Amino acid sequence: MSNPSDLKYTSSHEWVKTEADGTVTIGITQHAQELLGDMVFVEPPTVGRHLKSREECAVVESVKAAADVYAPIAGEVIAANADLDGSPELINSDPFGAWLFKLKPDNADDVAALMDAAAYQAVVDSEAH
Amino acid sequence: MTLKQTPLNAAHRAMGAKMVDFGGWDMPVNYGSQIDEHHQVRNDCGMFDVSHMRVVDIKGAGVRDFLRYVLANNVDKQTVPGKALYSCMLLEHGGVIDDLIVYYMSETWFRMVVNAGTADKDIAWMKAQAAMHAPELDITDHPEFAMIAVQGPNARAKVWEALPGSEELTKDLSPFNAVEMGAMFIARTGYTGEDGFEIVIPAQAVPFFWATLAEKGVKPIGLGARDTLRLEAGMNLYGQDMDEKVGPLESALAWTVDLKSERDFIGKAALLANPPANKLIGLVLLDRGVLRGHQKVVSEHGEGEITSGTFSPTLEKSIALARVPVGVQVGESVQIAIRDKMLSAKVVKYPFARNGKGLI
Repeated sequence: MSNPSDLKYTSSHEWVKTEADGTVTIGITQHAQELLGDMVFVEPPTVGRHLKSREECAVVESVKAAADVYAPIAGEVIAANADLDGSPELINSDPFGAWLFKLKPDNADDVAALMDAAAYQAVVDSEAH
Repeated sequence: MTLKQTPLNAAHRAMGAKMVDFGGWDMPVNYGSQIDEHHQVRNDCGMFDVSHMRVVDIKGAGVRDFLRYVLANNVDKQTVPGKALYSCMLLEHGGVIDDLIVYYMSETWFRMVVNAGTADKDIAWMKAQAAMHAPELDITDHPEFAMIAVQGPNARAKVWEALPGSEELTKDLSPFNAVEMGAMFIARTGYTGEDGFEIVIPAQAVPFFWATLAEKGVKPIGLGARDTLRLEAGMNLYGQDMDEKVGPLESALAWTVDLKSERDFIGKAALLANPPANKLIGLVLLDRGVLRGHQKVVSEHGEGEITSGTFSPTLEKSIALARVPVGVQVGESVQIAIRDKMLSAKVVKYPFARNGKGLI
């Protein structure tokens, strides 16, 4: 599965989608779910919480391990994906569809500074060696 | 450092395994979904490459006396050839050097299967003991042997299909017994809580045997599912649930230590002199989350620590083994520190699951 070109990415394997209303949706990448394996638990950030850029804000746990999820940019949490509560395995089957949370960015320009799909793929490739 | 490979390395890769560094060995952690593989073993059968484990043969007159002294369990329980015995090997101060299975072959031959990570240490320890107490013994390990575990309710039938002649030889074999079949060694043992065999086979023959099992429909299972299966079955993992710093009585292994007979063995005096302050218990998490090794356990009787924790695919809950003060009793609630929260867990009698069924 390639990384969709309409998304932005972080080196800690989050993807970021800018919505039409200026909010952003955040999930973890195909590469991240593949590294972690079968997901069994997701703890999203509380709605209303304000996150600093790079702040630890969510946890995804597979059978194998727990992994922190970081805020790609600063902003306020405006939604968390309740579907993942009962079905964390959606992250495995559809990583770019199974979003974790949505943010209202402090600064709309912050997203532009994140990596594009090609730059992110280079990060993934470099980890393989 | 170059990772060590088993003779099945290429076969794992061809089957789509995700390979990981497992204690210096390049091993399959899964071939897709660890949870599917777990259920496959509980409900049908699967095969594991456990060739990283080491076979050690101890031969010579006096081997029984030697093992009576070196092992915490009592080899005098083994009177029928092929009989297996689970035992710890202890240091003088009672810490666990390794846990192993020893097979009685004859009065001049016992066979051991020991953990991969501890094999060299175990052999050095036994050779040093033999030099002092039984210099005539021959202690030889067999890294040239591979080993496959086939586990699950249908495991025996599948092995019989794949290995002509094996059914006659093993259909009446009781659990925890083994038999030789030419250059192979078939034991009705395992690390999953399911029926099945562990089969020792020369390295050059193992790729064909593995392929034949696959042809009969036996699915490969990675070390990820091996860990969740053994934890559900309530079996300790050396290096995680016990090590040289703790004794068997603190590791829920009192049943494997013979303190009643007159027999002296290494570690006995220390075990008798030091009643354990801690014990190993089973936990089921009541809140949402996943128990993991090294999380702190807070009880009315003091603090402890999780030694192994995971998500149990059979129970669909998180379970763990934890070392806690001896006062903690089954049925009590304890608190577990997970990140910035304190979550509730219940102390339970385990195993958590065996023979296809959850037991909690």
